[in-house]
Amino acid sequence: MTTATGTPYRSALPPGRDRFAHLLRSEWTKFRTVRGWVITTTIAALVVALLGLLFASGSRSTCGIGPIEVACPTPPVGPDGEAVDDTFYFVHRSLTGDGDITVRLTSMTGIITYPPPDHDEIVPGLVPWAKAGVIVKDGTREGSAYAALMATARHGVRMQHNFTHDTAGRPGVVSPASPRWLRLTRSGDTLTGYESADGTRWTKVGTARLAGLPATVQVGLFVASPGDLTVKQGSLGGSIEQVRFTQATAVFDHLSLRGATSPGEWSRQGVGRTGDTDWERYHRPAGLEESGGTFTVTGSGDMAPSVDGHQIERLLTGALAGLIVVIVVAVMFVTAEYRRGLIRTTLLAGPRRGRMPVAKAVVIAAVVFVAGLAAATVTVVFGRRILVANGNHVLPMSWLTEVRVIAGTAALFAFTAVFALALGALFRRGVAAVITAMVTIVVPFILATASVLPDGAAQWLLRLTPAAGFAIQQTMPQYAHVLRHYVPAAGYYPLAPWAGLAVLGGYAALALGLAVFRVRRRDA
Amino acid sequence: MRRELHAEWTKLRTLRGTGPLLLALVTLTVAVSALAAGAVSCPPTGCDHDPVRLSLFGVQVGQAIVAVLAVPTISGEYGTGMIRTTLAAMPRRTTVLAAKAAILAGLTLVAGTIAVLASVLAGRLVLPGNGFTPAHGHLLPSLADGPTLRAAAGSVLYLALIALLSLGIATAVRDSAAAIGVVLGLLYLLPLMGLVVSDPDWQRLLWRISPMSAGLAIQATKNLATLPLTPWAGLGVLAAWAAAALLGGGLSLRLRDA
Repeated sequence: MTTATGTPYRSALPPGRDRFAHLLRSEWTKFRTVRGWVITTTIAALVVALLGLLFASGSRSTCGIGPIEVACPTPPVGPDGEAVDDTFYFVHRSLTGDGDITVRLTSMTGIITYPPPDHDEIVPGLVPWAKAGVIVKDGTREGSAYAALMATARHGVRMQHNFTHDTAGRPGVVSPASPRWLRLTRSGDTLTGYESADGTRWTKVGTARLAGLPATVQVGLFVASPGDLTVKQGSLGGSIEQVRFTQATAVFDHLSLRGATSPGEWSRQGVGRTGDTDWERYHRPAGLEESGGTFTVTGSGDMAPSVDGHQIERLLTGALAGLIVVIVVAVMFVTAEYRRGLIRTTLLAGPRRGRMPVAKAVVIAAVVFVAGLAAATVTVVFGRRILVANGNHVLPMSWLTEVRVIAGTAALFAFTAVFALALGALFRRGVAAVITAMVTIVVPFILATASVLPDGAAQWLLRLTPAAGFAIQQTMPQYAHVLRHYVPAAGYYPLAPWAGLAVLGGYAALALGLAVFRVRRRDA
Repeated sequence: MRRELHAEWTKLRTLRGTGPLLLALVTLTVAVSALAAGAVSCPPTGCDHDPVRLSLFGVQVGQAIVAVLAVPTISGEYGTGMIRTTLAAMPRRTTVLAAKAAILAGLTLVAGTIAVLASVLAGRLVLPGNGFTPAHGHLLPSLADGPTLRAAAGSVLYLALIALLSLGIATAVRDSAAAIGVVLGLLYLLPLMGLVVSDPDWQRLLWRISPMSAGLAIQATKNLATLPLTPWAGLGVLAAWAAAALLGGGLSLRLRDA
């Protein structure tokens, strides 16, 4: 007896390889062959570049002495390569080799010109960062290396060096009843600051290493007083900042020097300032009055990083316009399949459904990254040239920062595209996805930078929403020892550059995860 | 026209999204207005904030919802192919668009009125706690006050005009994602460009032609002299944009194959 057993049919063809690379290739083919998407992506890049170059060619600065137009002076650059403001009144003599300077500071007074609310009078007073003390500086050139120990109006004793570094000492306000003794010691290229309330018990405030400090330096007393900053609401949105002249006067005594110092009179010099305000001309010029061992020094200005000039990220403001286009393309890249029914073919060809959104995300991210990179590079490189040719000063920055801004803008494009695409896969409807992406990325950015929202609310918007990613474009760091209007509208974000981009990346990853989950669960 | 109106009303009424969107328009507008009013405080020394404009701040976000409501009424039909049925049943294409516009504007006016009234009420409740008190020279938003009434009524009209602008653009662009991108780009980007250019003349020009900046001038009750346009002229700019968009959309609907 025999039993017939049927063998099921098996195709002689080799089984198809289920590779992610194939999926990528098919998605790339889809993108590449839809003319509208390629054109729109190109438009996104062009919008960024055109708006940036338009902005550059529309910015022009000229400087003049009377009616004669002259080239604008280039602001000084500090030892670390950043633009700096280096203006103060300096009473100095040279010191060769090691030594120290000790002095007692007994009072700080000053004036503020035309403060709010009425802006109609000059009042006595000091701005919080008015400063007076002892300093060791590599010559009197603006931007040269220095270390200084100082008392400030509101922030106590501070040790600062090379414009960007600041160490806090004892808090408190200087007065004749509570004077400060300050001592700055040089030993090689190390400067150490000490303070004391009585001139006998000293506490160390901090040390600074000034690499390459020459043997002969200038040592002495200084006084500086930064401008008084107020911020007003602009009538067309945004805010208007005003900085008004201030002046500080400090009284020193018990001045003593140790080391090989130059003999004779103290040299006196207003570093970086001409003293041409009416107040200085008719009331009190900057300078030194010396009588019986008491030195009264008057001065204005600040030793701090400067933001006087163009920040390169301003050239990339058009990125927001580019992002809107990117959002639309990324959403259509997936919703068009649902609308045309192509999604069923796609899922038939690649049945592991969860891979579909991932493959699409990889393709769209790569495409818009390249587009964004090209646009940002062209904009920054040529925009900077146009700005400089128009007489503008572009704030210097390290090439690393520049690469971060350019590549970061491209990453901003890529993450936004992934986020938008994931929303498209989640909602399957173009309008819902585009609006969600816009309301979470574009609208918070606009509300935070160009509306009446108070600064606190604006900062929270740029911490919590995907719009936090714009932080990657920030080039100017925020310094605690320089009073400025640190708000998103001025280019200062509440999160660090990479942290901000990580927030956007996190939202994109979350949305993509949800999209994968949903595509796997739901019928197409 | 009655037939068309009835048909369009039935379509919009029976769409799943319409009810939730109208609800979202009201709640989002009121919530954002109340948040903005709660976030801004005025020190006793005075401030430049406009309390009425703050109470109506949510309109700036609510307009996005209006665009979401308006765009699919036509682009959704292109997406599904329904447009061919619509045009077969009602061959007078301009009338179809007019009917859509009328229904949309009517719905937005009703929902916008509720949203704006609730926003003003929220502002009245929240603002005095933040220093906006009559003792400091701030009048509370009250509809009995001429400029406030103009700001509130104008905001409702603003929302309706945004609906018409969106409908016009969507009719011309057809694809829903692209249309919503164009609408929101037009609304939100132009004002931003005004802050980018450094030339004050360009700034004022961009402000004047921007539908959102100029249109929202209707909400201003303080410092009117510093605005480049009067409130009603500003709303007129938005009306001109809406008219141009509807005209362009209508022409494209008449001339192009569906």
